[in-house]
Amino acid sequence: MTIGLAHYLVVAAALFTMGVFGIFVNRKNIIVIMMSIELILLAVNINLVAFSVHLHQVTGQIYAMFVLTVAAAEAAVGLAILVTFFRNRGDIAVDDVNVMKG
Amino acid sequence: MALQAIAFYLLAAVTLGSGFLVITARNPVHSVLFLILSFFSAAGLFVLLGAEFLAMLLVVVYVGAVAVLFLFVVMMLDVDFSALRAGFAQYLPIGLAVALVLVLEMVFIAVAVADRGAAAGAMPLVASPNLSNAEAIGRVLYTDYVYFFQAAGLVLLVAMIGAIVLTLRHRKGVRRQNIGAQVARTPATGMKVVQIKSGEGWGE
Repeated sequence: MTIGLAHYLVVAAALFTMGVFGIFVNRKNIIVIMMSIELILLAVNINLVAFSVHLHQVTGQIYAMFVLTVAAAEAAVGLAILVTFFRNRGDIAVDDVNVMKG
Repeated sequence: MALQAIAFYLLAAVTLGSGFLVITARNPVHSVLFLILSFFSAAGLFVLLGAEFLAMLLVVVYVGAVAVLFLFVVMMLDVDFSALRAGFAQYLPIGLAVALVLVLEMVFIAVAVADRGAAAGAMPLVASPNLSNAEAIGRVLYTDYVYFFQAAGLVLLVAMIGAIVLTLRHRKGVRRQNIGAQVARTPATGMKVVQIKSGEGWGE
């Protein structure tokens, strides 16, 4: 049997669902929420690359590179905000993040 | 072809299994390590697809930078992680419901698309046989998408500055080196000649 586009799309769909599920069940732990977001972006990347190869267009891989860039930037800024929040409050409970309101 | 299928199923199983363990592991350090494993096997999937450059990028950027950043933060913050897991069972039903809806939606879309034959047919291993993957990407990235490439660099610059601004702090009571003052020192300000009378010593 040959591995086609559908196989990769199923993997990406399962990974995406897992990421969304992770955001819901780990509502209090912001670090795991950010890791779930990374999983979601990885699923998107798998979709982009699979379609790029399927359609013989390299554009999808370039788009995946940009997604990678934004994901890295998002992780860096998110973790920096998390560290600052931890310094000010002493914990990282997401429930009382609304104290940051101006 | 059988070898390719075995490799695909192995890598996909590892990706999904470690992805599931990322969200269910009790210890966040284990979560990060499973995230690394997930990204690594996803890179293997990319190699299988013929996107070698992106696979190496995934290993370098995610395993090398982002996951290590996560690991640093998880280990640096002194947090009681068991307290953060308190709502796990409480949010399980709603999470499962949303996941189920998502899966159903994607299955419906997949069935609808497959009916029109868009996703049918086997894929070739390499998109363009006479051009390596990195070369093909480079030819498009630095011509058609050069402005997007620059914009991506700008995004990284802004993120870097933002992260530094957010985490940089000057603690009170810590002596810091003042290079300007050091360089501006002259013999006139840096030393003084004191005449000491014989037998009296130097007392300030």
